[in-house]
Amino acid sequence: MAKNLLEMRSIIKEFPGVRALDNVNLKVEEGEIHALVGENGAGKSTLMNVLSGIYPYGTYQGDVIYDGEVCKFSKINDSESKGIVIIHQELALVPYLTIGENMFLGNEQGKTSHIDWDKTYDLAAKYLKTVGLEESPRTQIKDIGVGKQQLVEIAKALTKNVRLLILDEPTASLNETDSRKLLDLLLQFKSKGMTCIIISHKLSEVSYVADKITIIRDGATIETLVKGVDDFHEERIIKGMVGRELVDRFPKRESHIGDVAMEVRDWCAEHPTYAGRMVCNHVSLNVRRGEIVGVSGLMGAGRTELAMSIFGRSYGTNIRGTLLLNGREVHLRSVTDAINHKLAYVTEDRKGNGLILSESIRQNTTLARMERISRHQILDKDLEIKYANEYKDILRTKCSGIEQNVGNLSGGNQQKILLSKWMFAEPDVLILDEPTRGIDVGAKYEIYCIMNDLVSQGKAVLMISSEMPELLGMCDRIYVMNEGSVVGELTHEQASQETIMACILKSSGNKGAMAV
Amino acid sequence: MTETKNKSAARTLSGFLKKNTMVIALVLVTLLFEILIMTVAHKPASQALLTPANISNLISQNSYVVILAVGMLLCILTGGNIDLSVGSIVALVGAVAGTLIVNMHMDIWLAMIICLLVGLAIGAWQAYWIAYIRIPPFIVTLAGMLLWRGLAQIILNGLTISGYPETYLNLFNSYVPGGSAGKGTILTVTLVIGIVLCAVYLAAQFMNRAKRKRNNYETQSAFMFWGKNAALCVLILALSLMLGNHKGLPTILILLAVIVLVYGYYTQNTVPGRHLYAMGGNEKAAKLSGINTNRTMFFAYTNMAFLSAVAALVVTARFNSAAPSAGNSYEMDAIGACFIGGASAYGGTGTVGGAVIGAVFMGVINNGMSILGIDANWQKVVKGLVLLAAVIFDVVSKRRAQPE
Repeated sequence: MAKNLLEMRSIIKEFPGVRALDNVNLKVEEGEIHALVGENGAGKSTLMNVLSGIYPYGTYQGDVIYDGEVCKFSKINDSESKGIVIIHQELALVPYLTIGENMFLGNEQGKTSHIDWDKTYDLAAKYLKTVGLEESPRTQIKDIGVGKQQLVEIAKALTKNVRLLILDEPTASLNETDSRKLLDLLLQFKSKGMTCIIISHKLSEVSYVADKITIIRDGATIETLVKGVDDFHEERIIKGMVGRELVDRFPKRESHIGDVAMEVRDWCAEHPTYAGRMVCNHVSLNVRRGEIVGVSGLMGAGRTELAMSIFGRSYGTNIRGTLLLNGREVHLRSVTDAINHKLAYVTEDRKGNGLILSESIRQNTTLARMERISRHQILDKDLEIKYANEYKDILRTKCSGIEQNVGNLSGGNQQKILLSKWMFAEPDVLILDEPTRGIDVGAKYEIYCIMNDLVSQGKAVLMISSEMPELLGMCDRIYVMNEGSVVGELTHEQASQETIMACILKSSGNKGAMAV
Repeated sequence: MTETKNKSAARTLSGFLKKNTMVIALVLVTLLFEILIMTVAHKPASQALLTPANISNLISQNSYVVILAVGMLLCILTGGNIDLSVGSIVALVGAVAGTLIVNMHMDIWLAMIICLLVGLAIGAWQAYWIAYIRIPPFIVTLAGMLLWRGLAQIILNGLTISGYPETYLNLFNSYVPGGSAGKGTILTVTLVIGIVLCAVYLAAQFMNRAKRKRNNYETQSAFMFWGKNAALCVLILALSLMLGNHKGLPTILILLAVIVLVYGYYTQNTVPGRHLYAMGGNEKAAKLSGINTNRTMFFAYTNMAFLSAVAALVVTARFNSAAPSAGNSYEMDAIGACFIGGASAYGGTGTVGGAVIGAVFMGVINNGMSILGIDANWQKVVKGLVLLAAVIFDVVSKRRAQPE
């Protein structure tokens, strides 16, 4: 049996008013991939911050034993010098610097007074080769995609002689191909003896890559599952995470499908900065009342672009095509137009494009349709409070009250606020873009229930998602998009992961590079 | 039981302190100056800070800062944007006013309307570039700072225009009731005004509270409600007593009250006001919620120049002159007042009340140091340090308030 590279014993970390970590024990053997799973707010990130010295020694109780000795890190540099490197969910790369410059940021080659650029780029190229990234180290970060940026982060970690690599949600913004590539890279590093801790919500990936899975719930370690000994199925892991068995991950619904609520014909849109590049290419689709229709596709298939160009031309230029709402042709020139025609677009980027984090739940709830709480442009604040409470109760948002700032809520609750904001606008058609991204299993289930409620009221829902199981579990019909076009339409019965991927592969003639 | 009660009381208290740090700081600074003036400078109480004459003086001295700070707040709310052209607009509009009123003997009301329109035109010009072409406000208003100052100097030909008609000066510099009233009448009138104001204010507060209770909405605790209202009423009455013992209610104070109330209402209770906060909080989200952020931005900057024109009229009347150097560094006073008053340098937070308190804070420091006889250059040093300290304090206390 290999020795333990890392042992965290009875870690307790308290913030004013909350105990974020309550007696956490974690053992990581040398040369294994160890997954940490748990619902949002369970304490995974806090634990990793304790390990890497972001929370310095003395601010927590318990011992961190690394490589046989008790660690007393007071800053990140201390842990990095021992070969512990953490890659955060939000990548920390500077967009206008080159790959090479980023890799050696804070660790510049040469002398303080003179950077040796030849050495820098030579080393950078070597490490890029190790991670299998075929880019010149002189390329600027802003010119490469998120998947490649993630590889640059890993290459950067390698330059620091990493022994223990910690990845926080490394695949959250990657598509399936890139995710698989990344996971295989980790397996390759493992065979060379590197130790790895991976935090992830994507349980299929966890069971694929991990040797052991430690489950954290409410700040405490619940159990550690070992590959080959314990059951590694998703249902088993979820049971540990939520403390009960989720019989159905998708709530049942009886479909009562009505007339066509929204129809798009021959919809075309071009990229806003690169004129002539078609992001939507003659797309036609429709959604009926009482129906949830899914839009599947890889990252960059043009799904978000399609949704936003329909939603009052909020994306793209040179938009052409016909949009019919309830059978009548409409021209939506602005977001206000779209909202007035009872259309809603719930963004995939709730922090960046959806919510005002510095403002209260009350103000966020009413933002998209202040006509409902005002008369002659004067706000009726009492009415606003009433509505905000109403929607808080309908969606069962967990918060201290409607005056709480949205920025202090967990991801799942923020998503509920975003939904309540658009439900408050009283739309007939809702376009939900990645409605469950980055939120935990329990909250996902609640969001699905809300979607079912919406369609049972006769509303139409168009759901864009990168998670195929969720599309398969929730949708009456699924459109498959690739490279700006619709390349397939599948009924609930026809749809499966295989048929969806088949549509994509057939259309792009991708030489079958993607194994599903 | 008692322990939890104490805890929640402590939390209410610390919440109260956090919300009102600048008010408390203002009170402390005022008291500090009062003590310093009497002990260190050995001046009699009649020459200290809190005397009827000095309070009246403080108001007219700082009126322009309050007006400009209110306008600046709207700009800052849109996303931490500032307007550097304010002082130059004051000079240009002042020059226009001088030319029209003194040189051309135009009717003062017509002249004032023209001045305000000039302000609006200047504002629309700058706001167009900022809001619709999206040139950074810093650049546009820096250009404006040179442009309007230059035009003012061209109009004035480098000279100062003075000798405004009495009717014009009286509009801004007189008192209610008029100068001919006796001492007793003045005191009675101001006190009556103060009492009526208190009564109207209290009545409104009570009705609002009753309505909220009836609808079962969250209300402030009775202690907080009474404490806040009592403090405010005492302040109003004390102020009217002070002013009553001097020459009466300055007309400029009425103008200030109207501006503060209108803009306070605008930012807190209207839809376009809410748009300002939404835009400053997250412009992309605001846009995707159907808010025309360009229009919001356009309004904020047009309005800033409009209020600069108002300030120009006030300042020309106060100094009885239009000078090429008028309004120098006024923009800095306004920006400083907003930040001392708790506006966020990134936009999205801040209140009109806060900006007013910030302006008064700066005024008290200026005034207190002048009475103490501190050298003007040292006054600048102190003001700079106070501005920095206020913002540091604000940022640090907010950071403490919400751990991750």
